[in-house]
Amino acid sequence: MIAATPRLRPDLAAIADVVPWGARVLDIGCGDGALLAFLRDQKAVDARGIDVAAANVATAVTRGLSVVQGDADIDLPDYPDDGFDMAILSDTLQAVRAPADVLAQLLRIARRAVVSFPNFGHWRVRASLVLGGRMPVTRNLPVSWHETSNIHLCTIDDFRALAAARGYHIEAETYLSGGVRQSALLPNLFAEQAVFVLARR
Amino acid sequence: MPDAAPCNDDLRFGFDRRVVLPGPFALVSGQSLSQLEIAYETYGRLAGDGSNAILVCHALTMDQYVAGQNPRTGKPGWWPRLVGPGKPIDPDRHFIICSNVLGGCSGSTGPASVDPATGAPYAMAFPVISIRDMVNAQALLLDHLGVGRLAAIIGGSMGGMQALDWAVAWPDRVESVIAIAAAARHSAQNIAFHEVGRQAIMADPSWKSGQYPAEAPPAAGLAVARMAAHITYLSEAGLTERFGRRLQNREALGFGFDAEFQVESYLRHQGLAFVERFDANSYLYITRALDYFDLAAAHDGSLAGAFAGTKARFAIISFTSDWLYPTAESRRIVRALNAAGARVSFVELESPFGHDAFLLEAPEMNRVVDGFLRAGG
Repeated sequence: MIAATPRLRPDLAAIADVVPWGARVLDIGCGDGALLAFLRDQKAVDARGIDVAAANVATAVTRGLSVVQGDADIDLPDYPDDGFDMAILSDTLQAVRAPADVLAQLLRIARRAVVSFPNFGHWRVRASLVLGGRMPVTRNLPVSWHETSNIHLCTIDDFRALAAARGYHIEAETYLSGGVRQSALLPNLFAEQAVFVLARR
Repeated sequence: MPDAAPCNDDLRFGFDRRVVLPGPFALVSGQSLSQLEIAYETYGRLAGDGSNAILVCHALTMDQYVAGQNPRTGKPGWWPRLVGPGKPIDPDRHFIICSNVLGGCSGSTGPASVDPATGAPYAMAFPVISIRDMVNAQALLLDHLGVGRLAAIIGGSMGGMQALDWAVAWPDRVESVIAIAAAARHSAQNIAFHEVGRQAIMADPSWKSGQYPAEAPPAAGLAVARMAAHITYLSEAGLTERFGRRLQNREALGFGFDAEFQVESYLRHQGLAFVERFDANSYLYITRALDYFDLAAAHDGSLAGAFAGTKARFAIISFTSDWLYPTAESRRIVRALNAAGARVSFVELESPFGHDAFLLEAPEMNRVVDGFLRAGG
């Protein structure tokens, strides 16, 4: 196949980096399948997806992907234990009704989970709330409080605490700001997005 | 262009074909048919390596004329939006097969066929058939046509059930399955509606325990059966939009029992038109086959068990307003396929048109089917 390597959104590229070659991958909230198609073409993964929007599923199917219209809060119990090597939840955790339950499902379905989310501890978010007295509207959280689908926002430290409380092993953490990967210096304050790799203990 | 296959001038291929296959043809019921006639059409050319065959399965009252004119009614094919030049299923690329189901009344062996043992039509002596029997008959047709494997099998409604059953019955012969507006079993409500239809037919004095002459069928009973069934193919919103409470050719209520409402007039027309093209006994047998359908039954009630080990790709499509085979039934199929580790895609498409949506203009359905088929390479 003659195709230029497609450019992925930076957070998706950060996720793609931690997916091993040839893995069986389930992407929950896979959108139009851009990441899955990349992983299939570049890393020969067995790529499956779930997305809530019919139009996204239709587009993903036209990419040749196996994608099911479904909801992370409802449909994950349908998947068998250990059916996948890796479950991906990109920029979706904050929009589910029961984030801890969804994480538990990810690590039941797969031994490893990759989870990316916007960091609510970022200084701009803090400044907006503390100094401005308003719910933050930022690059990664662009929608007003009354219209946003993000109902369970958390900080990087919150996420670490949840992982610790649930006994998940954090295998890796990656941080992004402005679409660029950044160092681990005070990520809870300076990272706009985080990508965690979790594993069962 | 090089001639891809040596058999393209073969009389087996083309419009309005028939074949009589020697029996005995064993049925799920334990009975058998001494011979099997199948009426079918093919479009396009079978590739030299046989890799482009697609079997289209028809719904309860359709026939083999999926993309060709029905010589009896003069009507064009019943799925022109999906099958035809430039469509997702394209005779320029695919070798397309559609056969009238076993038990049907459009040329394949059914209750109106002559029983070779008696020289008279089977009528109610015809054995009760199942979806699996329909599928096995199609498999014999493929043998006759020299088609080993299907690149895809596709159907809506009962056609979707056949497509699903194909993957279970003949797992090595199916590469991909598209089941639209279908279910893996008939629900109590599905059975109930069919029973209304059957009782309407059987209550018609002209039915004569199935021994009616061809020229005097139980038309009233069959028409009522069709009217009841037709309601299940539509949606309340669709009926309201199309007819509301509007009156037919009158300004005011007539205080009588003519078809005063447009919806009554429409249903009566549907019933009468159906009688012209369908056999009452066929309707009894095919609805029975549908009612018996439960893919999980032979696997201890586990639908995932039915699909265990499948290598096929699946595309399952449902419509929001379909209450005959609602999205929940498609999700049940998807759940089972996921549990079986199968490669499955599923989408619920918006439509106000109820169950019949799969036969109507549905650009997203075409997009999904086209993308799914092309992905199969």
